[in-house]
Amino acid sequence: MTVTRREALGLAVGGAAALTTLRFTAPAFAAGNAVEDAILEFTGGATPGSGDITIGAPEIAENGNTVPIEVSAPGAASIMLLAAGNPSPGVATFHFSALSGAQEAKTRIRLAKTQDIIAVAKMQDGSAITTKRSVKVTIGGCGG
Amino acid sequence: MTIKTLISHPMESGQRKDKKTGEAIPRKIINKFAATFNGEPVFMANIEPSVSANPYIEFQMRVPESGSVRFEWTDDDGSVYDLEKKITVA
Repeated sequence: MTVTRREALGLAVGGAAALTTLRFTAPAFAAGNAVEDAILEFTGGATPGSGDITIGAPEIAENGNTVPIEVSAPGAASIMLLAAGNPSPGVATFHFSALSGAQEAKTRIRLAKTQDIIAVAKMQDGSAITTKRSVKVTIGGCGG
Repeated sequence: MTIKTLISHPMESGQRKDKKTGEAIPRKIINKFAATFNGEPVFMANIEPSVSANPYIEFQMRVPESGSVRFEWTDDDGSVYDLEKKITVA
């Protein structure tokens, strides 16, 4: 089989384009799956609905190394926090008990870039609810 | 009542690279925090590398009677750092 110069060029360009697309979509897809997988693992396969769950976070975080976050879900047995844009989305999971004064917690987290913070609460009745909140990050917190 | 906890720890995420050698610095974080009151569980947190260095955790606790509250932080290397505080209900 003979390949003309024109065909060879076309093939090369097509190949490069395909590679570029792969490179750009693959990590985004993987991250999306990681978030979804983490949520489904936490809820035991149920897709969480909406409900009384709130995330408190600054709209703009100047320093991604330490961003104050609070989460509250009255009636929750546990709450999982995810940072969808971090190299690994898991942040923390809080578990409450009868001696907990309220189903809420505050902590400080790292954010690599501007992204959505996702909270999922597993309620005492077994249902699950979720919410998310976008945080703009000026200087990312995973460098070095 | 509100309990605020802070422990001094680098929370090495495992994502950073040594600037001289280019090798990844191994992960070493506090991966679990637990609070108990007179032996009963109050609050527990599973922690990932996305939590900041010197992890700060704040939560709400009911104190039905006088007793002691115990905090335990578990490190990736298996060490447990603990602290116990007495609470007197007047």
